[in-house]
Amino acid sequence: MQIDLLCILIPLFPLIGFAINGLGFRQIPRGAVGLIGSAAALASFACSLYLFAFFRTQVGITGSNAPIIANLFDWISVGSLNINFSFQIDQLSLLMLLIVTGVGSLIHIYSIGYMKHDEGFGKFFAFLNLFLFFMLLLVMGSNYVVMFIGWEGVGLCSYLLIGFWNTNTNYNNAARKAFVMNRIGDLGFLLGIFMLINTFGSVEYVDIFEKATRFTIGDTTILAITLLLFVGAAGKSAQIPLYTWLPDAMAGPTPVSALIHAATMVTAGIYMIVRSNVLYTLSPLTLEIIGGIAIATALLAASIGLVQNDIKKVLAYSTVSQLGYMFLGLSVMAYTAGMFHVITHAFFKALLFLGAGSVIHAMSDEQDIRNMGGLRKYLPVTFWTFLIGTIAISGIPPFAGFFSKDEILAHVFMHNKVLWVLGLIGSAMTSFYMFRLLFLTFFGEFRGTEEQRHHLHESPASMTIPLIVLAVLSAVGGLLNLPGGGWLSDFMSPLFEPSRRVNPQAFADATIDHSTEYMLMAISTGVAILSLVAAYVVYVSRRAVPASDAVERPVAEKVLYNKYYIDELYETIIVRPIRGLGDALYSFGEFIIDGIVNGVAWLVRASSAQLRLLQNGSVGFYVFAMVLSIAAIVALRFFIRF
Amino acid sequence: MQPIQPVNIPEVIQQIPLNYYLIISTALFVIGIIGVLTRRNVIIILMSIELMLNAVNLLLIAFSSYRADPSGQVFVFFIMAVAAAEVSVGLAIIVMIYRNIRSIDVGLLNKLKW
Repeated sequence: MQIDLLCILIPLFPLIGFAINGLGFRQIPRGAVGLIGSAAALASFACSLYLFAFFRTQVGITGSNAPIIANLFDWISVGSLNINFSFQIDQLSLLMLLIVTGVGSLIHIYSIGYMKHDEGFGKFFAFLNLFLFFMLLLVMGSNYVVMFIGWEGVGLCSYLLIGFWNTNTNYNNAARKAFVMNRIGDLGFLLGIFMLINTFGSVEYVDIFEKATRFTIGDTTILAITLLLFVGAAGKSAQIPLYTWLPDAMAGPTPVSALIHAATMVTAGIYMIVRSNVLYTLSPLTLEIIGGIAIATALLAASIGLVQNDIKKVLAYSTVSQLGYMFLGLSVMAYTAGMFHVITHAFFKALLFLGAGSVIHAMSDEQDIRNMGGLRKYLPVTFWTFLIGTIAISGIPPFAGFFSKDEILAHVFMHNKVLWVLGLIGSAMTSFYMFRLLFLTFFGEFRGTEEQRHHLHESPASMTIPLIVLAVLSAVGGLLNLPGGGWLSDFMSPLFEPSRRVNPQAFADATIDHSTEYMLMAISTGVAILSLVAAYVVYVSRRAVPASDAVERPVAEKVLYNKYYIDELYETIIVRPIRGLGDALYSFGEFIIDGIVNGVAWLVRASSAQLRLLQNGSVGFYVFAMVLSIAAIVALRFFIRF
Repeated sequence: MQPIQPVNIPEVIQQIPLNYYLIISTALFVIGIIGVLTRRNVIIILMSIELMLNAVNLLLIAFSSYRADPSGQVFVFFIMAVAAAEVSVGLAIIVMIYRNIRSIDVGLLNKLKW
């Protein structure tokens, strides 16, 4: 089978699914819609698996790690700049392909059950498929421009799906907020691409990274490029200061939160930085900045997560916080560790969101954990899978999150002890808010209404099977990269060859002696378990339930509960001045420009109203006017010769 | 325009100077205009128009003779042929007007306004 064709097929399946469901969602019966959508995702997944196997064998046979480049067509040719529409298959894009299509397929199947009663069933699957298509473009593109198409496309799908229930104004506002925030980031990304073109004369990854190895460390051009690209990454991956859209994005249906706003799209920023690892290795200052922003984001989001009462909001802040960890890993050049956390996070966060979706489904659209409790008995499958996800994210061995987070923290420890301590604090908070969520939801007494209790039911198989699969993956995902040289580091190693060439000493000290490593593991596990116990004592033994909104809170908790008033701050310092400016310009347009335009129209109308009276219907008058006019013209010609 | 060549004009034509032709055709033309402007009977107006047309024809023939260029006279024949056709159309219109409003007074044809 031709590999080029296979590369085209992978994004083509979701596109076809989108076309069928998007054009015919009024006619196609519900059963078929779900089937088409899921089949498209599964077909992509199958192709990705085949491609993965093929790549492995090829590397095994030839021993070369060169990426496979599938060129579709020449797209833009201007002067010496040539931009091809082509796909690049290498270790990184294969990993992302498997995550995107694999988790994506599971979420498609889950959506069949979750969205069963929704009016926009067909529309929903069409959007999901379209998202998958753009996400695949993003990860498969062989240059920054194709990546940018995917980047914009997933932003669009995110907007469409956040505002999926578009009769609710708040949801629409959330969608708009996400879109505008992303646009700010996209501008940075776009400027970064322009600078890349200006500096390297190409946008192909292979060319750029080849040429980049000739730059020296700390080059200011590279610094500017990497900072601009990071602005893009911060927008898409919800880092300070552009993170506020992600918690609001929870307005979308829960499978969307799982797929787009936890597992795949928000990791695009990390993918981009791992992809451009040479450039980032060349610019230590950028890495410092990323490190600072990442740890601040991780701590800020985790601390907000401690007191939120909406099940999806907690998970949303947890996602922001985990993304911070991934960036933290990248900032110490632990690219593999960052990518590893992307993978495990995709498993357990998708699992947690889908579990939350199952809970919300069972509770008849109730999202407030204060009204839940005791669901363990009613939703056993959801409970057990959610428990696995919680343990995984908290970093308790032997589940996936422990290995990936621990690897990041170990690398951070080697670079900067302060960052490590801060990371540990964040890890403790993660463990606390996740177990708080678990205990409040599944333990204790049921706190909802009688009607809700009556309706409680375990979700259908289409929803529980993806949960179980993801739970298994979250449990064993850590095996991908066991400490001390796992499979993933070997597999991804060729990707960082250029980085190693430009900055050998940064990668040289990548080994850590075992006693220190075990100590670090013990400390982070201990901290996580301590938080678990604390959460258990507060929310199970003492049966504490978060106060209702009416009760006055202590100052510190109030600040956290209101998310540090960041939204209000943005509202005051950015949104309002811009709106004021807009109003001022609007009134300028209203009075001056509209005045001119309407004035001209009024003048024409008034004068024509007078002129039309000349047309009085009398033929004699017309002839007279004609003769008079001709006489006038002749006289004019006669007296004024020109 | 090419310079006027001295041409041989027959004596008989030169017996009446060109100016006289100009004066008479202008007079005919003005009479036609006045007819069109002042009369309300459609048939008279049509006749006045014919008068104006023939004033122009006369002028064409006069110039044609004085310049010894026969094309002007050929042109007049064409005009007369076309004018005959035109008059038949005009008369047909007048008949239709009469059938519609039982009158041929143009003063009554003032419905098409504003």
